[in-house]
Amino acid sequence: MNSALIEEYYAKIKSEADAKIETLREKPVVWIGTASCGKAAGAEKVKEAFEQAIKNNNLDVRVIEVGCMGYCYAEPLAVISKPGFPSICYGYVDEGLANRLVEDFLMGEDPCYEYALVALEANDYFPTFSDFPRGVYEEKIILEHCGFIDPGDIDHYIAREGYAALAKALRMRPEEIISEMKDSMLRGRGGAGFPTGIKWETCRMAEGEPKYVICNGDEGDPGAFMDRNILESNPHQVIEGMIICAYAVGASRGYLYIRAEYPQAIMQVKKAIQQARGKGLLGSRVMGSEFGFDLEVFEGSGAFVCGEETALISSMEGKMGIPRQRPPHPAVSGFHDKPTVLNNVKTFCYVPPVIRKGADWFKSTGTPESPGTAVFSLVGKVSCTGLVEVPMGTTLRNVIFDVGEGTPGEKGFKAVQIGGPSGGCLPESALDLPIDFDSLQEAGAIMGSGGLVVMDEDDCMVAVARFFLEFTQHESCGKCTFCRLGTRQMLDLLTDITKGEGKPEHLETLRELAEDIKAGSLCNLGKTAPNPVLTTLRYFRDEYEAHINERVCPARMCPELIVFYIAPEKCSKLCNVCVGSCPTEAVYTREDGLKAINQEKCVKCNNCLKACPPEYNAVIKLSPPELLKEKEGNQ
Amino acid sequence: MSKMITITIDGRKITAPEGERLLWVALQNGIYIPNLCAIKENSRPSASCRLCFVEVEGFAAPVTSCTLPVREGMVVKTRSPRVDRLVQTAFELLLSHHRLECSSCPGNGSCELQRIAKERRLKLRVKRYKPLEYGTEIDDSPKTFVFDRSKCVLCGRCVWICHNIAKVGALGFSRRGLRRAVTTFGDIPLADSPCTECGLCVEACPVSALY
Ligand SMILES: Cc1cc2nc3c(=O)[nH]c(=O)nc-3n(C[C@H](O)[C@H](O)[C@H](O)COP(=O)(O)O)c2cc1C
Ligand code: SF4
Ligand code: SF4
Ligand code: FES
Repeated sequence: MNSALIEEYYAKIKSEADAKIETLREKPVVWIGTASCGKAAGAEKVKEAFEQAIKNNNLDVRVIEVGCMGYCYAEPLAVISKPGFPSICYGYVDEGLANRLVEDFLMGEDPCYEYALVALEANDYFPTFSDFPRGVYEEKIILEHCGFIDPGDIDHYIAREGYAALAKALRMRPEEIISEMKDSMLRGRGGAGFPTGIKWETCRMAEGEPKYVICNGDEGDPGAFMDRNILESNPHQVIEGMIICAYAVGASRGYLYIRAEYPQAIMQVKKAIQQARGKGLLGSRVMGSEFGFDLEVFEGSGAFVCGEETALISSMEGKMGIPRQRPPHPAVSGFHDKPTVLNNVKTFCYVPPVIRKGADWFKSTGTPESPGTAVFSLVGKVSCTGLVEVPMGTTLRNVIFDVGEGTPGEKGFKAVQIGGPSGGCLPESALDLPIDFDSLQEAGAIMGSGGLVVMDEDDCMVAVARFFLEFTQHESCGKCTFCRLGTRQMLDLLTDITKGEGKPEHLETLRELAEDIKAGSLCNLGKTAPNPVLTTLRYFRDEYEAHINERVCPARMCPELIVFYIAPEKCSKLCNVCVGSCPTEAVYTREDGLKAINQEKCVKCNNCLKACPPEYNAVIKLSPPELLKEKEGNQ
Repeated sequence: MSKMITITIDGRKITAPEGERLLWVALQNGIYIPNLCAIKENSRPSASCRLCFVEVEGFAAPVTSCTLPVREGMVVKTRSPRVDRLVQTAFELLLSHHRLECSSCPGNGSCELQRIAKERRLKLRVKRYKPLEYGTEIDDSPKTFVFDRSKCVLCGRCVWICHNIAKVGALGFSRRGLRRAVTTFGDIPLADSPCTECGLCVEACPVSALY
């Protein structure tokens, strides 16, 4: 490739982008996070409020939509950058606050620090990210620009060194890129942690033309939304990674497989592809070189198993999305039986920084076997939900208690489910495990694609295992014996246990069956489906035994094993909220004014318990249900 | 003709063409390995019944013999505690979704499930699991055969034969998970489908779902 030409090409697009961004710095800008998470919290209304107030006051202020910063718990988020002030991020913004910020800050000089979450640049007045515990643990490689750039404008990405890695890669030989990737020890972030460089090398060496590059954006784990947020917030980083990959392996066509339930991600990616073509970064002459490559979005039907690579390819070929036996691996025989690199969204995102800054830089973060960072969606019973990026090797405790600020409310931490339905439930005693591919596997969990669901004492581990198994059983494609029938048999056993109909010998049957499904299934859906059951059996066996032997649900969650009861000594008599909250009119007022529950009518919806004011907390759950007789007998 | 190589199965030295799949090498040499879904002519085995597990030296876990090409010097054991356990579980799981009425079944005596039970001393009974509900519709629309879904083990042999040998494509898989079934396009009776009643599927069926 002609190095000088490529250098020149890049310098030109970079200076154009810089010039555009420079004009933004001269005037105030309101940046609003409108990724799916922001929109769900009402970001669009906030944006309108800002725009209206700016217009009403004839201000020269731009409003720009950005993606997700990862602080989903504080959405809607807005950042205001005004010359002369540090850029400041505000959380929980509503229309009222938007108006106030326009009046006091944009028209006046008061940045309203009382509503500020964090400042983006170091200053004397307000703390920045690195002043919070979260900032200490977080290190952003692939989320660095998410939420800070306009995903709909390629120049924002280019101004932040976007496509510099591509310009560098095109001046390298493909073999050099592959050896840099191998050297970096980057491992695939789609779950299994396979070394990316080796996958690329296999594809490059494999016979067959044309070759393909596919990005796996199926993301079907319940509770996971990292890939969606990245595609919505910084689509060019994925695209750049894919172009570099294509050049390295010798592919001429690529596809981004994105689930149809992600319309905003699809929209942003399509727009980004258009703009990349417009800049000559995709097409028959990438950056003016002889290398040609183009990309298309493929909208997936959304079944969970379609995220499995062979099923994904089969569904792209217009067939049923059903896995097949590997080998051959897609890198040798993939899309239309041609060599195909298939990587996760996040994996491709690491490529530009690795190429730009080199393998050694990448390996300076994380652990020797799992270098780099881990990206999680932190959800469940944790104070600060959101997207988190920490170095590999950070402990689960740091992520949950420092970054996530622990479990809210009085209930203590009980377990964390890591890796989604294919992962495992780990107890308090496992919290000092470093997060990396291999340590988690030893504990019975997997890195998975990065969902972290935190659970507290109100969560029943048998019910949780049952929940995940119900998901995988439902998503099983039904091709192979173990997964089709085995997961169903396990689910039936778990259902019996949660109903108090389990027998002591069921635990052995369950464990053996789980191990056999793991060993015998055809694809990784079946091979990992038993993990939630195996880990809960390993770490929370006492809860299973309580359900079976005593008909007790220790977390008081399994409906068949609990009754709702209003403690007469706590009930205020004067308040009536529980009566009104009950959908079936099971709660009634006794002659003496106390409230009570007609058990025949109770559907265990939990409404009365939530309705009872905290100063009384009179509604309690009893398990086993037989305790009710005792309580009522005492009166 | 590919190169002939020597492998060892259960202590016996066996010569076979390199690259041939282990299951067929064993069967040809009179060594039985349970199997339902394998078709010799299919170059991409579906590997879905999960019954043909064996131990191969150098592999950490049991592997499916229908997918494994043989290589010089390979050492294979068709039985081990791990293999037996997997086969027993897969077999019992299949039975839990199968109408187990051998004495009144047209396949009694020629059924592959009975053969597996005999070879591996397994009970034709569901003990550890719950019998699951199975589809009961019987398609007797063809003149020459009957399709009884309650017996089908979803091996896919009929589907493959119908597409690749008969080249008709009347049968196919539809639906997912436990509802996965062999059926015609649009679930219409076979007589109304492109089926030519060539009978190849009936021959291929290892149980008596097609008879
Ligand atoms: C049931 C199942 C679902 C999967 N879903 C996804 C997914 O949503 N996204 C993903 O990247 N990989 C998923 N995978 C993993 C892929 O098969 C594949 O390993 C991965 O995309 C490879 O990319 P990587 O090397 O970058 O990790 C799934 C695997 C299984 C078995
Ligand atoms: S393990 Fe489950 S999803 Fe995978 S092929 Fe078997 S039945 Fe299908
Ligand atoms: S009908 Fe017979 S051949 Fe066809 S899938 Fe069912 S068991 Fe296999
Ligand atoms: S014969 Fe090998 S899996 Fe069915």
